[in-house]
Amino acid sequence: MTLAVGCRARPGKSRDNKTGSWRVFKPSFDHEKCSKCGMCQTLCPEGCVHEDAEGFFDPDFTYCKGCGICATECPKEAIAMNQEEK
Amino acid sequence: MMEITEGSHAVAEAVRLCRPQVVSAYPITPQTHIVEALADFVANGKLDAEYITVENELSALSACVGASAAGSRTYSATTSQGLLLMTEVVFNAAGMRLPIVMSIANRAVGAPLSIWNDMQDSISLRDAGWLQFYAEDNQEATDLHFLAYKVAESKEIQLPVFVCFDGFILSHTYEPIDMLLQEQVDQYLPKFDPAEKLDAKDPISFGMYATPEYYLEFRYEMDQAQKRAKDVIAKAGKEFGTMFGRDYSALTVGYLLDDAETVIVAMGSVCGTVKDAIDEMRAAGKKVGLLKIRVFRPFPSEEIAKALSKVKRVAVLDKNISLGAKGGATAIEVRDAMYGSMIPVKGYVLGLGGRDIRKKDIKEIVSLCENGIGDQFYGLRKELI
Ligand code: SF4
Ligand code: SF4
Repeated sequence: MTLAVGCRARPGKSRDNKTGSWRVFKPSFDHEKCSKCGMCQTLCPEGCVHEDAEGFFDPDFTYCKGCGICATECPKEAIAMNQEEK
Repeated sequence: MMEITEGSHAVAEAVRLCRPQVVSAYPITPQTHIVEALADFVANGKLDAEYITVENELSALSACVGASAAGSRTYSATTSQGLLLMTEVVFNAAGMRLPIVMSIANRAVGAPLSIWNDMQDSISLRDAGWLQFYAEDNQEATDLHFLAYKVAESKEIQLPVFVCFDGFILSHTYEPIDMLLQEQVDQYLPKFDPAEKLDAKDPISFGMYATPEYYLEFRYEMDQAQKRAKDVIAKAGKEFGTMFGRDYSALTVGYLLDDAETVIVAMGSVCGTVKDAIDEMRAAGKKVGLLKIRVFRPFPSEEIAKALSKVKRVAVLDKNISLGAKGGATAIEVRDAMYGSMIPVKGYVLGLGGRDIRKKDIKEIVSLCENGIGDQFYGLRKELI
């Protein structure tokens, strides 16, 4: 990829900003505890939480910035934030 | 066509001939006559442009950023406090790579309040990414606007330009000007063809957010464009010379340099005074020359090092001061350009806030330099300090 002169961007370009690189704490989703309420997906500021075929949720770590909002908001305390070694 | 014109009016006429589609500016002394004249042109149907009146300079340049991003040839003019009020947008315009041309009628910066000339205003924004041209006289001030649009809009550059000329000393002085005709300007300066522009049918954002993975490279690309500008200026300046007889290909211009032992480096209108002083010193047997810097950004380091490689000593005049550093910006950068040579480079900060610089001052500076005295303010009134 080459840079656009003047950082001029067409729609969708923000996908190039891989916010996963910012992460210090990584969420881990425990499907045993999960009630499939979908709060994590609704509240994730990156919109990176996806629902799988069985109705469980997991983030896309390319964009999950580790903010911990999902873990704080999960009513089942099914999400743990662990410091990530890089 | 030769005419006797006030500097500001000559600049306004040059801008009119460049056919800007959008002009936005806020009047401020000593730039006012330029924007008044442009407002008259628009009102009288002599310039087919949108003249956007605004509440201050921050809005003026913001309006230009929007207009330029929308694909218009865009113009503004300011000075001093007005330029500094624009600062945030000055950086953004360069980062978005918008080829805006803005005239700076150079003036001192407050406090204390001063409406008189020095170059502190534009020099303080030397890191903003704009190209900076400095005119010695009103002919140059006029012609550099044609060059500025040509270089700014070149696809390889896409950077905005300050065309700087000394407030009052040039802006309010009548001089004979060879003013180009519309068909000549149209031949030299084709219609603005933006690389990309705002368009509701093909949406695009300018100056988007860059994470740490990208920002450094964006700044590098701007620096590369500045460096490429040297060749683009040389080409556009030569073409101007071929078409109209005045060659602006050189970033620096020498006066009696060939056998010079002491060389003065200066920018702007003071170069005229320096040349007169040199003529008198030469008549008295002193081998003195001048190296005028016409383009301050991109800074012509190699050109300066080459032009001064055989001289005995260099005296740099600065109508600005980087407070707390070793003098004014020009001296610091010329010394950097000369690094590695054994030629002493001395800086003199003078003329701030409109203090006159006379021929006898230039002669005095030459003898100070000959005696190894420099890197100081020149002309301080000792009784006041
Ligand atoms: S940690 Fe933040 S970014 Fe990552 S999935 Fe949870 S809410 Fe989204
Ligand atoms: S918020 Fe918690 S319980 Fe609700 S879907 Fe997400 S992980 Fe499951």
